[in-house]
Amino acid sequence: MILTVENYTKRFHIHHLGRHITAFEGLDFTLEAGQFLRVSGPNGVGKSTLLRCLFRSYRPTTGRALYQSLHGEIDLARAADVDISLLRREEIGFVTQFLRPRPRVTTLELVAEPLVQAGAADAHAQAKAEALLDAFGLKPALWQAYPTMFSGGEQQKVNLARALIRPRRLLLLDEPTASLDAAARESLASLLADLKAQGVAMIGVLHHPEDVQNVIDDTITLRAPIGDTPSQPTENNHVAQ
Amino acid sequence: MTATYVPDVVPLDAPKLVAAAPLLTVRNVAKQYGRVQAVNDVSLDAYPGEVLGIVGESGSGKSTVLRLLNLQEDPDAGSYTLNIPQLAEMNLFDLDPYKRRAVQTHHIGIVYQNPHLGLRMRYTSSGNVAERLLITGERSYKTLRDAAEQSLAVSEFPLERMDDMPAHLSGGMQQRVQLAKAIALRPALLLLDEPTTGLDVSVQALVLDTLKRMQRETAVTMVIVSHDLGVIRTLADRVVVMRHGCIVEIGLTDQILEDPQAPYTQQLVHAKL
Repeated sequence: MILTVENYTKRFHIHHLGRHITAFEGLDFTLEAGQFLRVSGPNGVGKSTLLRCLFRSYRPTTGRALYQSLHGEIDLARAADVDISLLRREEIGFVTQFLRPRPRVTTLELVAEPLVQAGAADAHAQAKAEALLDAFGLKPALWQAYPTMFSGGEQQKVNLARALIRPRRLLLLDEPTASLDAAARESLASLLADLKAQGVAMIGVLHHPEDVQNVIDDTITLRAPIGDTPSQPTENNHVAQ
Repeated sequence: MTATYVPDVVPLDAPKLVAAAPLLTVRNVAKQYGRVQAVNDVSLDAYPGEVLGIVGESGSGKSTVLRLLNLQEDPDAGSYTLNIPQLAEMNLFDLDPYKRRAVQTHHIGIVYQNPHLGLRMRYTSSGNVAERLLITGERSYKTLRDAAEQSLAVSEFPLERMDDMPAHLSGGMQQRVQLAKAIALRPALLLLDEPTTGLDVSVQALVLDTLKRMQRETAVTMVIVSHDLGVIRTLADRVVVMRHGCIVEIGLTDQILEDPQAPYTQQLVHAKL
């Protein structure tokens, strides 16, 4: 097993409302190298929250997530921040729908950047970036442009290329197909199949699983949220019960 | 809103995968001005090549921490070590003024919000940068000039203007001269105090981009103080949140901004985003 998740819970404590909001509770699942696990469930059930709790953009409330890193076993729930930074640089990737372009950074530079940061030569990184952008069907005329002005679909192609340019051992995918056209969805599906064959483990939140049906091995379904509970009585609680 | 709350999260372990020791280690530092406790029991680490952000409102003590890290002031209590061969294990606050000055010159660079604090406005820009090497005893005109040019190039300063006085440059260019001066002696630690505050938004983005490139290329450890969460998000790997001289919360930048734990951090993040 590359990942063993036990009793994972995320509860948000919203101090100014004096409330706890539970996203999910007591989750258990395992993931093997080369396995694709789909997280399903209705909106608001905590699917993205689960991915963020594994990537540690969110701090989980209970449980553990034992990950077999190249440096040894580590619990993602309690790993030191600098260890998480190291894993994000080397092993664990997160693919979201949202691109965060930077001023004066071209599409090609933005896509190549993670590979350059990992120590690859500029020319190699650029060639790989071009190949990925081409695979997702982003017009070459846009490669030297700044992605700030791109459409949602174009931005997502840039984002996917950037997220997938570096080899990863564990990929967390949050709605990777959300605003892609049919051809790009197909490219993504075949790219994910290649990564699976290379042994990359993946956990994906997908509203349209048929886009990548052939790569999904297993599905976990999150139950409806338990709801929120007041953390302690407060005098000025403006929220309707 | 009190600073005491019970964190509702799985507690964190000490680093296990990262083998390197922190470059910078600060323990239990305190500093009082008159009756004001500017910095209260502050402890933090920065790892080699890491960018550590410090955020907080005016008066939170974040700039005082930076001045202490720059050995500009004496604390009332606490220790500060840099993991550099000749200095390891040494509390830098205990050094005599002469040695302290040497550590500052060779191992620490600083960029101030106000360029007047960091630059001689009526020297040439190249002279401002070369002065750092003069201090270390370098006298060859060619070496000084080449080094100044190289540092200015790294900070993406337009070289055709390297002999202009900072007084005649725009705010963004003045910050690039400060940056070139700060990195001229290749310090292990670069301190940035609101480096882009006061610049036009477009210029601010360019200076941030330079800092990001430079950090990637030189792997210098940075501590950046800012009240601007956008600046922190762009640059910092980890963030320290300060209020009333105390550390409220430390975490990965995205975690602090997206899942802040402390009541004060939740307030700060929701007020700014």
